[in-house]
Amino acid sequence: MELENVILDAIKLAETTIPSDVYEHLNLAYNKEKNEISRSQLKSILDNVEYAREKSLPICQDTGTQTFFLDVGFDFPFKKELVNSIIKAVSSATSLYYIRPNAVDPFTGKNPGNNVGRYIPYINWFLREGNDATVYVLPKGGGSENASALSMLKPGEGIKGIKKFVVDQLVKAGANPCPPTIIGLGIGGGSDLSLILAKKALLRPLGVRHEEKRVADLELELLELANRTGVGTMGWGGSVSVLDVHIEYAYRHPASLPVGMVVQCWADRRAKIHIDSKGNVEVKQ
Amino acid sequence: MIYNLRIPEDLDKVSGLKMGDVLYITGKVFTARDEAHQLMLELHEKGENLPFKPSEMVMYHCGPVVKKENGEWKVLAAGPTTSSRMDLFEKEVIEIYGVRIIVGKGGMGDRTAEALKNVGGIYATYTGGAGALAARSFRKVLDVYFLEELGSPEAIWIFDAENFGPLIVSIDPQGNNWNKISREEMEKRKREIFELIDHEGH
Repeated sequence: MELENVILDAIKLAETTIPSDVYEHLNLAYNKEKNEISRSQLKSILDNVEYAREKSLPICQDTGTQTFFLDVGFDFPFKKELVNSIIKAVSSATSLYYIRPNAVDPFTGKNPGNNVGRYIPYINWFLREGNDATVYVLPKGGGSENASALSMLKPGEGIKGIKKFVVDQLVKAGANPCPPTIIGLGIGGGSDLSLILAKKALLRPLGVRHEEKRVADLELELLELANRTGVGTMGWGGSVSVLDVHIEYAYRHPASLPVGMVVQCWADRRAKIHIDSKGNVEVKQ
Repeated sequence: MIYNLRIPEDLDKVSGLKMGDVLYITGKVFTARDEAHQLMLELHEKGENLPFKPSEMVMYHCGPVVKKENGEWKVLAAGPTTSSRMDLFEKEVIEIYGVRIIVGKGGMGDRTAEALKNVGGIYATYTGGAGALAARSFRKVLDVYFLEELGSPEAIWIFDAENFGPLIVSIDPQGNNWNKISREEMEKRKREIFELIDHEGH
């Protein structure tokens, strides 16, 4: 019961309060942008973020697909309780109007009204040594998710092929994913793993680079290329189209170069919960 | 130019609007997403009437977060949804129901722009994701239709709006379409970026 309430609080925090790193990047974009309409859109975005925080309202009406990444030690004692609590918390968050009922049957479109259905909420497990757990809450909006894509490149196309794929997707998506966006890229692994890594890459705060220099350099280069597209805020043009690019990678099959790309809207909502082996919890952003 | 429009009273002013104009709307707004569009077309096909008059309101691509408090609906967040999904149905909806102001985000295609030109209508965008701010201008929920059948995001909500904006005209009654213009520019930039990538460091 207690864990359920903690998760409920984390969902509410994620939905109503933008993480400080995202706020700072939006503010930087506002100060940097010279395109008048895009600047006015950034102003509305900042006003909205502040108003939502002050009134404890959802930042965006698309409160997303409730997505959880669990970074869990092999010896963490509350695995079952954690999963049950996530499902209950999502359902309670819906009845408390923290989130919109956003999960429907793919065949009939029928909405059960509680954000719970087959495989939803979506829970991703990453197991490691240890006896504690971190739960990442990532409500993922539909408009930006629709701009996500997978490319099974030929290995001969190499890193240049990855760069072209990202730029091409951003131009195709235009204003639809609510730019300035954040790009998560998963390189290698296979079709499924590349996309999971791409989404996992979004958990990293903006401005924090990958621990390997070669990956960090590619993140910065892609950020620079992405901002040459001129998409601008909400598609109105200008110098800021993407706030950051985050890459994760896995070893690949010699014949494949999979690249998964997950696009996140400017409303990059996150929260995380740390739970130790005694059940002590801490909610952070 | 900046315009404060009262709807339906100022509908005759719509045909004079231009791409890039900024609007603030006061009056009736109805929400319609994918399912509502499909339903509106189905009802027309069956010869049934809608319980409200779309031609006297603003159509808003939106699935709000709403809360029932002491028997009254309250709008908590109500930013726009991606309009391009509605390109599938919009021409027919405009022609059948005489909708002249559409609000959404992300832009719409040629087919919709053509239909708007024929009725002297516009498509305007509100800042995507600014859901809490948008909700502030929807003071009251006047009605809700098809809530049971469609669920709350897809239902048709009728809002009483006060100074809903800034909305930026993205398609005007002359057929100018910012989405089309900006896409051509982005494609040009993309080709330049590709050249840069091809020639880097070698």
